[in-house]
Amino acid sequence: MKAFMTRRKSLLVAASAALALSLSACGGGTTTTNPTVAEKPTFAAGSTMEKLSSAGTIKIGTKFDQPLFGQKGLDGKPIGFDVEIGKLIAAKLGIPADKIEWKETVSANREQFIKNSDVDIIVATYTINDKRKAEVSFAGPYYEAGQALMVNKDNTSITKPEDVKGKKVCSVTGSTPAATIVEKYQAELVPAATYSACLEPLRNKQVEAITTDNVILAGFVNKEPEAFKLASDETFTKEPYGIGLKKDDTEFRNWINDQLEEFASDGSYKKAWEATAGAVIKTAPELPELNRY
Amino acid sequence: MSSVLYDVPGPKARRVSLIGSVLGSVLILGLVAWIITTLAEQGIFQGQRWAIFTRGDVWSLLGNGVLTTLSAAAVAAVLAFPLGLLLCLLRISDIAAIRIPTRIVLEFLRGMPVVLMMLFVLLVFASGAFTAVVAGLVLYNAAVFAEIIRAGIQSLPKGQREAGLTVGLTSFQSRMIIELPQAIRRMMPSLVAQLVVLLKDTSLGYIVSYEELLRKVQIMADFLGPDFLFPIFFVAAAIYIAINIVVSRIAVWIERRGTVKAAGGVAKAEPEPIEAAVP
Amino acid sequence: MDVIIENLPLYWEGFLRTLFLSVVSGAIALVLGTLLAAARVSPVAALRGFSMTYVEVLRNTPLTIAFFFAAIVLPRLGVRFEQFEVAAIIALSTYTAAFIAEAVRSGVNSVHVGQAEAARSIGMQFGQVLSLIILPQALRTVIPPLINILIALTKNSSVAGAFFVLELFGYGRQLANANGDQVMTVLLGVAFFYLLITVPLGILASTVERKVAISR
Repeated sequence: MKAFMTRRKSLLVAASAALALSLSACGGGTTTTNPTVAEKPTFAAGSTMEKLSSAGTIKIGTKFDQPLFGQKGLDGKPIGFDVEIGKLIAAKLGIPADKIEWKETVSANREQFIKNSDVDIIVATYTINDKRKAEVSFAGPYYEAGQALMVNKDNTSITKPEDVKGKKVCSVTGSTPAATIVEKYQAELVPAATYSACLEPLRNKQVEAITTDNVILAGFVNKEPEAFKLASDETFTKEPYGIGLKKDDTEFRNWINDQLEEFASDGSYKKAWEATAGAVIKTAPELPELNRY
Repeated sequence: MSSVLYDVPGPKARRVSLIGSVLGSVLILGLVAWIITTLAEQGIFQGQRWAIFTRGDVWSLLGNGVLTTLSAAAVAAVLAFPLGLLLCLLRISDIAAIRIPTRIVLEFLRGMPVVLMMLFVLLVFASGAFTAVVAGLVLYNAAVFAEIIRAGIQSLPKGQREAGLTVGLTSFQSRMIIELPQAIRRMMPSLVAQLVVLLKDTSLGYIVSYEELLRKVQIMADFLGPDFLFPIFFVAAAIYIAINIVVSRIAVWIERRGTVKAAGGVAKAEPEPIEAAVP
Repeated sequence: MDVIIENLPLYWEGFLRTLFLSVVSGAIALVLGTLLAAARVSPVAALRGFSMTYVEVLRNTPLTIAFFFAAIVLPRLGVRFEQFEVAAIIALSTYTAAFIAEAVRSGVNSVHVGQAEAARSIGMQFGQVLSLIILPQALRTVIPPLINILIALTKNSSVAGAFFVLELFGYGRQLANANGDQVMTVLLGVAFFYLLITVPLGILASTVERKVAISR
């Protein structure tokens, strides 16, 4: 009996050690930073900044299932580059990270959330385009991603988007990458609820590729480098990620743009990247040219 | 009832039945064994994959998911039942101007996918995820409740209503005092079965990113990585089935209590109305 | 309104896929459900046990989990299919069969005991009693609830949109995303196409119900 107990115990220990290893690998090394919170910043009366600052809290929309950018951890707090950008902006308003209310936004409800004041800003791999600009305003871009393809490691037949013509490609229902791969490259779309849901069909070779923004795919490749790879390092679209806010709140938009420039010059932009997506994508990006309109 | 369908089996029939039972059981056990070994070959039963369930944060997340699932279901059920009752009364109204529009509304609500209603509420009314989930569930299940109660009322002997009207009750009073209580008691099993459907349908909240159990599980699986996908989903399925079986058992218990009571009252001359829950 | 007319081909394609899923899954579920109900009242204990367990488990499983098993666990077991429609049909029909089994079983219970007794007294076997006497009578009362279950099946096929099959609801979400300013119109368009299937079925159900009630 005693021998049995010890054996069980040692098994458990081994198991938890292995678990600890695999868990740290899973997070992709994503960590968080603690930006310095501005003390009693002053803003023009009546501006959105002033309202948020004096309220001492801000509602930020982000994704909860996007590795490296916005993903919810087991402790219930989202982590990722988008989250860091949100924290930096909040800090400039004098709001510490624990006073931020994170709301999950999915692709389908982002515009409505802003219009309805469910969130103050959205930092959620949110591509700036003209159709959306008619509904909401965008500060940024703070990052420029591009659409890419992910395939099984042993796949050699797909290296460029033209190769997927007539082949099964998995993407999220209703997303922009899904529309692009069908309309421009005539792939057969296999729709899923989330990008991570596409992984099993790819593994089982029921689809030939997964398509979405390169940074999201990079997160998957990082987790399972022995199973998947990017079809090519080249991207075939440009996806400038912006910070969504209420339409025509130009003052707030310009202010956020100024802050982004400051983050770039004081190094906090780079620091935020290195703490999160930088664990996978080694080359730290430069802040793209801002789209001030 | 089933014993009426066939003779009491003799020794030969019993032997055949026993052999059949054994063969069937072996077949099913074999299938289960094959599934388990195939999955085991892929390392699904490796200890480390299940060791996550020794972690407190995993369970607190699961517990949280159960809570959000139950709260959405509870709010939806509490709202759907009175609304269903109201729709039912309007549907069987003596006045055509009320009856016919109600019928159209019911037909519409029953014909809509719940996910579509949830998405519609979320996008068009720009509501939060919780409101969208609850609204979708309430609209659909109120319509089903209305139909179940109506079926219950129609299964009552005509004499019930006639007697009510004869002693001077108005049509509405007869419905409320005489017919509804009996109908609801008769349809209790179906109503609770529908409650289980409602509870399960909270999982459709993924469409509006409501963080119920299944969504929480998905987020957790995404975070932990593909190795943990299977263990987490198996546990989630087990939790769902356990909760629903408990609810169903409560239904059976209520049903038994109901029949004991009814036995002393109205004779069960009419056949029982049939199970009407819809998935 | 324009957004619907412009995208009518997409709506139509989605509608046909939804119709296909519903019809095929519905047919399989009817057969499977009736067999399960027959097993439930049969003299063989193992069959009764199997049927009971099947119904109990499937009825208490959310459809999304059924889909998860069909689309993701089955391929892991080596059951590979080229088309994801197969997984959707497996999930929808096995799930719906449990509900059909319950409805048919309560239908069997609603047939008067004397019917079975009379059949047996003239020497019929279990199979004969069930298929010639009980089921034909049971089906009449069971048809309205069965149609209701088929209506639910049609609507449930919308979950397939999250599991690799592009059907009506999937196209709807795609259009809603592409036309953020006309979400309401897009979704009402989707609703219309669902009603195109479910409303006629609903009317059929109540007609049959009335007929059955009169002949009783």
